[in-house]
Amino acid sequence: MRAPGRAAITVAHLRTDRWWLAPAGTAAGLLAFVVYSTWRAFANADYYASPYVSPFYSPCLAHNCQSMRGGPNADLFGSWWGISPAIIILVFPLGFRLTCYYYRKAYYRGFWASPPACAVAEPHRKYSGETRFPLILQNLHRYFFYAALLVAGVLTYDTALTFRDAHHAWGHMGLGTLVFLANIALIWAYTLSCHSCRHIVGGHLKHFSRHPVRYRAWRLVGRLNARHMQLAWASLLGVALADLYVFLLASGVFDDPRFF
Amino acid sequence: MSGYEARFRVWRGDEQGGGLRDFTVEVNEGEVVLDIVHRLQATQAPDLAVRWNCKAGKCGSCSAEINGRPRLMCMTRMSVFDRAETVTITPLRAFPVIRDLVTDVSFNYEKARGIPAFVPPAELAPGEYRMFQEDVDRSQEFRKCIECFLCQDTCHVVRDHEENKRAFAGPRFLMRVAELDMHPLDAAERSGLDRKRTAQEEHGLGYCNITKCCTEVCPEGIRITDNALIPLKERAVDRKYDPLVWLGSKIRRRPS
Ligand code: SF4
Ligand code: SF4
Ligand code: FES
Repeated sequence: MRAPGRAAITVAHLRTDRWWLAPAGTAAGLLAFVVYSTWRAFANADYYASPYVSPFYSPCLAHNCQSMRGGPNADLFGSWWGISPAIIILVFPLGFRLTCYYYRKAYYRGFWASPPACAVAEPHRKYSGETRFPLILQNLHRYFFYAALLVAGVLTYDTALTFRDAHHAWGHMGLGTLVFLANIALIWAYTLSCHSCRHIVGGHLKHFSRHPVRYRAWRLVGRLNARHMQLAWASLLGVALADLYVFLLASGVFDDPRFF
Repeated sequence: MSGYEARFRVWRGDEQGGGLRDFTVEVNEGEVVLDIVHRLQATQAPDLAVRWNCKAGKCGSCSAEINGRPRLMCMTRMSVFDRAETVTITPLRAFPVIRDLVTDVSFNYEKARGIPAFVPPAELAPGEYRMFQEDVDRSQEFRKCIECFLCQDTCHVVRDHEENKRAFAGPRFLMRVAELDMHPLDAAERSGLDRKRTAQEEHGLGYCNITKCCTEVCPEGIRITDNALIPLKERAVDRKYDPLVWLGSKIRRRPS
């Protein structure tokens, strides 16, 4: 900023607008989610209220999982896994969001102040961006995208299960079903709007004219991709609310209003 | 709406030093910041240095920082400011200053020279080039660039770290790499030039942390980060970090 030869201006920025509002809001929002999800992920309780299973605990892959009839149980890890089974699976959505091109922008600006806002000097003396370990690992985003597809598949299955009643009989619906439907729609929209997805479905091509189907898919994903930030926040809120809903049911705060 | 007297602070000086000077200037309806700078020259500061040409947002000459934000002076209307507010104008802060509002932007021309040009396909003579619109849409968005270098000025990689200028081409020129890599007739790959790889290894793509300030300031509204830089990062991943794609390219030799 104050390199020799440049205009001799000593202040870090001359902006007069409230540039700190966006990074502060972002940091507060992300922090709130981190606190909530850490509590819920380690709680190891109140994550199943038939027929609903919290998205934080699905699929549930250890022996200590609560049994959920027809639910997303698979005792892959066996009984040696002692802590909350949510930790096993949350690694994947967490990795997906941590390496997401939108969230990267959000936390680089919000938490790391690199930069805090445009044309506002960052406080770091040195900067190597994503050229070195550990940040070079951000390049693995596409693998987390593949994993996120699988997780979204399981959550879709969970949403189908919400068309049962508490005794596992099919053909029912409650308020929770709507909560789960909204959540899964947002999860899919966010997952498919991913920049890696846009690249994989067609962005890597040089000649769209030779691949009309992939071109169509690329344009579709491109339209979603333009809303990636909004979808990132909406799906983050959605997943937290779906979990909260299950928590409130499971801990007996209220009963799921049933439609039929 | 009538004219009014507005307060300005304009940076004056050269590489030896300088500072913000206060002025009070008349502003009339419909004027832009560049009009005010011209009025300053005409009335109070005849030796004020400023670079401009088209006054229509198309030549990219009048880049400066207005209230701390990189913008074109000719495209910044005075009506966006409060009448009581003092408007601050400084030269671009990422480049060496020559005098007053004029900076030395040769960094950008050096970086431009570092990007290998379009490689013509051997089998086609000039005049025989045929391309489909859907194949050039992406590159055409990038061709809207007026080379104002506001993105280069804002990018924190070089703005806040002079030492990175050597390794980092900046958003405008990484976008140029993307433009050529997406160009339907560019034959670089056949000639042995891998733009996906050199973007990262020679032009510093990895320094960009996709925080989108280039996109925020671009007066042409080019979605630099979403449409050029991130796709380019994904292309570099194809080359360097994706064993499946690598394997696929060994097995199936089909042009993409
Ligand atoms: S998105 Fe990348 S190139 Fe653009 S300003 Fe940010 S760091 Fe620089
Ligand atoms: S990409 Fe936009 S901001 Fe950058 S030089 Fe071109 S027109 Fe200016
Ligand atoms: S004078 Fe040409 S862009 Fe402003």
